[in-house]
Amino acid sequence: MKRKDILDLDDFTPEEISEVLETADAMKEILSRPIKKVPALRGKTVVNLFYEASTRTRISFELAAKNLSADVVNVATSASSVVKGESLVDTIKTLQALGADIIVIRHPQSGAPYLVAQHLEGSVINAGDGWHAHPTQALLDLYTIRENLGTIAGLSIVIVGDILHSRVARSNIWGMTKMGAELTLCGPETLLPVLDRTGSTNAFPEVRVEHNLDKAIEGADVIMALRLQKERQRGGLLPSLREYIQLYQLTKERVARAKPGALVMHPGPMNEGIEIAPEVAHGSQSVIEEQVTNGVAVRMALLHLLSGDGGDKA
Amino acid sequence: MEDILVRGGHIIDVGQNIDFIGDLLIREGKVAEVGAGGLAGAAEKAERGELRWIDASGCIVCPGFIDLHVHLREPGDEDKETIATGTRAAAAGGFTTVACMPNTNPPIDNRSTVEYVLQVAKAQGVVKVLPIAAITKKRGGEELTEVGELVASGVVAFSDDGKSVASSRIMRYALAYSSMFGVPISSHCQDEELTKGGVMNEGIIATRLGLKGMPAAAEEDIVARDIALAQLTDGCLHIAHVSTAGAVDLIRRAKAAGLAVTAEVTPHHLTLTEDWVAGVRRGPHVKAPYDTNTKVNPPLRTAEDVAALIDGLKDGTIDAVATDHAPHTIVDKLCEYDLAEFGISGLETALGCLLTLFHERIIDLRLIVEKLTFGPAQAFNLSCGTLKPGSSADVVIFDPNEEWVVDPSTFQSKGHNTPLAGLTLRGRAKATLVEGRVVFQAKEELAYAHTPSV
Repeated sequence: MKRKDILDLDDFTPEEISEVLETADAMKEILSRPIKKVPALRGKTVVNLFYEASTRTRISFELAAKNLSADVVNVATSASSVVKGESLVDTIKTLQALGADIIVIRHPQSGAPYLVAQHLEGSVINAGDGWHAHPTQALLDLYTIRENLGTIAGLSIVIVGDILHSRVARSNIWGMTKMGAELTLCGPETLLPVLDRTGSTNAFPEVRVEHNLDKAIEGADVIMALRLQKERQRGGLLPSLREYIQLYQLTKERVARAKPGALVMHPGPMNEGIEIAPEVAHGSQSVIEEQVTNGVAVRMALLHLLSGDGGDKA
Repeated sequence: MEDILVRGGHIIDVGQNIDFIGDLLIREGKVAEVGAGGLAGAAEKAERGELRWIDASGCIVCPGFIDLHVHLREPGDEDKETIATGTRAAAAGGFTTVACMPNTNPPIDNRSTVEYVLQVAKAQGVVKVLPIAAITKKRGGEELTEVGELVASGVVAFSDDGKSVASSRIMRYALAYSSMFGVPISSHCQDEELTKGGVMNEGIIATRLGLKGMPAAAEEDIVARDIALAQLTDGCLHIAHVSTAGAVDLIRRAKAAGLAVTAEVTPHHLTLTEDWVAGVRRGPHVKAPYDTNTKVNPPLRTAEDVAALIDGLKDGTIDAVATDHAPHTIVDKLCEYDLAEFGISGLETALGCLLTLFHERIIDLRLIVEKLTFGPAQAFNLSCGTLKPGSSADVVIFDPNEEWVVDPSTFQSKGHNTPLAGLTLRGRAKATLVEGRVVFQAKEELAYAHTPSV
């Protein structure tokens, strides 16, 4: 893979995505061994720089790096110079001076990883920035779909919920459409971003929008629910949580309208009882826990590919 | 004071309908004579070395540019800009008169602050500075400033620039009260409720980048409101930094209805689009997305908006080009996009930026000169912007073809924040004169100034 950084999937080719997924197959095999450790990143330092609270993504990256024998440093910004007002660029320069080879960054502001990439000689992996992108989540979602259904091309995928504020949705829209899936976004109009529904520009992929979840889900191969932040109602975007649950909760009855064996996905953390019914979240069609496990394999693949062993750096 | 002859330039003065190759004689700081084909007596004196002269062949000679909208940052934010550096930047850009916005710290909302600005401008400024006072005290949107006293102390307009006057009632009173003094209210039209947290144009690019957008409707609803209030009050309304097609249309209709409404547009809104935020630029030049130098308020809009703004300039809907020169420190811009300050340091690139429209055959040179001179003078009832004999010799000489690469480190302004860095522009001021004094001369062109030998 010829790239220095992983910032979003918008500039990935389908071949690059396939390369990541195939490398993740090999990594998943490592995860099945009794001793889950290989020396691929020995001597490299990976810094997890998280400006937002996170459990699964941070630990997933930490385990991935450790499985590849990297030295891992976790920076919680609440206990760093950031609270003293240090700028992002200065923090990055400090981490570089301290020998960071790869920085995994999560940041509440969209685009922050691009700023980091401009000031870091090493590699940057975007672990989620603002509303913009969460490429490693999208790749693990693609991996999970491919693992279960054998392909992504030609599948009918529905993403339901708060698309407007979702970096997971944005990266998945790029990744899924690049891999040939047909995508439907479903949610209330107030939680949808501006979309070019005519496909007349190349700025963003063409997607179908359906406000009625029952219709959207009809015949779907994959249904992905997104977390609804309760404060969206206070911001005036929704009349009430009650109405949201009525219109958009992923229930057993609704899932039954999809294709038999359709996958139920969620990037987590879940609000069970709001965007997803508990029996669906933990039902037979749910691959939510697999997503978490696959996250480690996919992140191992990305670290491996970026570290130089897996490809040339441009 | 030394007399100067500007020789052999293409003289354009829209107010006098002058458009010819000729000479311009400046005597005692005023325009003495303008003539096609040369001024015989003066030319001979120049040849004999008895008169200082400037060779303007190949250049445009026109009234010094007037900028109705700059931020000089003094008092309060002198780390961003001072009246001294801001006016030097203006001179380097060909501007001889700048109207400075009141969002300083403290704001220009009382006579003593106006007097302070005028005193500093007199002592340290190299071009004419015309203060604009706040519409409301502390720009708080609640109480009108003392309009009469402020006009008497020298302000040329009123504005709470940086934000709209949210209260329609206060805006009504502002337009009504100021109409007694014949000064315009320059309105920053932006619905705060619709733009809260927004950092770029609302649309597909904002969706792609995951940035909060500001919809065009947020500008247009306030433009519509203010036009309605201008009609109600017979007030004199100036719409600052128009950026949307819908706003142009509203202003066009207001003018057709005979209302006292004028408008300005910035060079960046005429030449850049929201694509620049995503890193896609003119020509093959592509940069990383999220360049904070593209963060400006109102935001860069769509190609359709840009086309409408150009149409508005052509058909007279938009009266003036104003830079909205907004200098910031590197700390203000070297950060996450959401956290960066809004604004572009625009005085020194305005001409080159606008001339891209000329070189691309979109608008003609005369129109550019009009919107930088005669147009703004008319909009704010200023006596400058003309080369009429007897008027102050505020003159710019610019080469419309000179290619130069934008290098912010060479700016006179303290603000190096421009998205144009590294781009090649065509057209640049060679010399700027205020009241007959050369206040800017491009270094490599020193040979242009021929001083008397005796």
